[in-house]
Amino acid sequence: MSIAGAALVDAAGRRMGVTRSTGVLLGRHLTVFSRNWTFFVTGFAEPVLYLLSIGVGVGKLIPSFDVGGHTIAYAAFVAPGMLAASAMNGAVMDATFNVFFRLKYQKLYDQILATPLTTGDVARSEITWALLRGGVYSAGFLVVMSLFGLIHSWWALLALPAALLIGFAFGAVGMALTTFMKSWQDFEYITLSTVPMFLFSATFFPASTFPTWLQWVIDVTPLYRGVVLCRELTTGQVTWGSGISLVYLIVLGCLGMVLVGKRLERLLLT
Amino acid sequence: MPYEYPSVTAAPQSPGVPAATDSMVHARGLRKTFGSFEAVRGIDVDVHRGEAFGFLGPNGAGKSSTMRMIAAVSPVTAGTLRVLGMDPQTDGPLIRARLGVCPQEDSLDPDLRVRENLLVYGRYFGLSRRAVRARADELLEFAQLTDKAKAKVDDLSGGMKRRLTIARALINDPEILLLDEPTTGLDPQARHSLWDKLFRLKEQGVTIVLTTHYMDEAEQLCDRLVVMDKGAIAAEGSPLELIREHSTREVAELRFGVGQHEALAARVADLADRVEVLPDRLMLYTEHGEETLAQVHGRGLRPLAVLVRRSTLEDVFLKLTGRSLVD
Repeated sequence: MSIAGAALVDAAGRRMGVTRSTGVLLGRHLTVFSRNWTFFVTGFAEPVLYLLSIGVGVGKLIPSFDVGGHTIAYAAFVAPGMLAASAMNGAVMDATFNVFFRLKYQKLYDQILATPLTTGDVARSEITWALLRGGVYSAGFLVVMSLFGLIHSWWALLALPAALLIGFAFGAVGMALTTFMKSWQDFEYITLSTVPMFLFSATFFPASTFPTWLQWVIDVTPLYRGVVLCRELTTGQVTWGSGISLVYLIVLGCLGMVLVGKRLERLLLT
Repeated sequence: MPYEYPSVTAAPQSPGVPAATDSMVHARGLRKTFGSFEAVRGIDVDVHRGEAFGFLGPNGAGKSSTMRMIAAVSPVTAGTLRVLGMDPQTDGPLIRARLGVCPQEDSLDPDLRVRENLLVYGRYFGLSRRAVRARADELLEFAQLTDKAKAKVDDLSGGMKRRLTIARALINDPEILLLDEPTTGLDPQARHSLWDKLFRLKEQGVTIVLTTHYMDEAEQLCDRLVVMDKGAIAAEGSPLELIREHSTREVAELRFGVGQHEALAARVADLADRVEVLPDRLMLYTEHGEETLAQVHGRGLRPLAVLVRRSTLEDVFLKLTGRSLVD
């Protein structure tokens, strides 16, 4: 930048760019979390443990597994599910509990809104932080998958951006829901929705085992779209359906983010 | 050794500056309602460059609501408001870029250390890392917190926290410093140290807008102030003007036995401009306290205790806003 003391909103009235305003808030979180990085470990360990116990352990009982006409190892079926779920969990954890704490107790957003930054900046950067957190878990998990020989296609390189997209959708929706929460008890609803999604979104077994009507329901849940997308990428079976998942997650994330901005305005700029 | 508050924008104004830039805050018929509750009921306010301006009033008078509107974090319900010549509705970020805000409750970032609070907050204003580092060290010095740079915010005393909050509000070298009840909850030493800091800022040309319900604070700091009550402005002027206009020069306080004050009030009513009956004393508002007292004695009245003193802003305040408790 230019001379010392030049603010992003300078004398000429230029506003700070989206990237920089997001960056300064991410910088705040990085400063904080550079001191408490240990809790990152738990979010990383969870999907790996599931992969070991169910993918590898239960997989021993399932000699071969048929997905869309292709035969793959059961672990290779479960792994992309865990990949998507870790992105979801990482993002949701941050966009719900941590956001609620910053919103209601730390009053962090009140501090930020006293500066040139806006509710849109807060929404964008908090969701970005959430998706990055999910993304770090997913990246680590992808490495584990490749070590276990569970990646069958170069398409898998795109599984990381896919995981970031899952984090984006869940971070945005999670934070939007959080702005409606009154107390910590309300977070039961978050658990109540993420756990069933984690168990039934074709993570451990294909959705085709369900009756048709239930398949329709599962079809439109966000984690299912994420799991299917990740699985198509890591097994190399990319279809037009992958595009639908892509669009679905992008739209969901954008809607969530806009809602977050509106809600913060309503809650804080009274 | 006196420390100079580092200032760029607050230089003394040059003669060529147009008059419009001298209006830091300009409000006409400013209103704020929350549902059916009218917090601010149409006030007119003008704050000029370099001034220390106070909003004085009991709790619930509408001071904080007004401050939030000026800080461009609370939409105006009706009326006109211009801050630094701009409309908060449309130019919020531009206004906030040139304001320093010290809220009523210290809203420091407890996850960050003392110095980090300044660094991170400066980044919110888009200052470069290098600029913000230099500025943070200057401000730590100013706030006498250099030794505490690496301390946790939660470990600071109340006075230190407030100094850090003010230092943080100065990170962007603001043209207006907004302080909402800056010394509430501080001990006398901390209050005086803070007044000293604010006075120095004012000398540097920073425009200060503050709310308070402490009369001594208003008298110490404010060039001009408005007394607010129930969302409206009850009086406006310098502390001296207000005293002159709304009170007498002196007050004689007479204490008699419990329960006698009501009855005795009638016997001294003609000796003062105004007589106020309190459960424990009579207050005689008069130009010359000692003379009035002599006349009281001349009527054969023997108070148990007397106090003759100058009128203060507190007398004005209580006259204008009443003695009943506001919850």
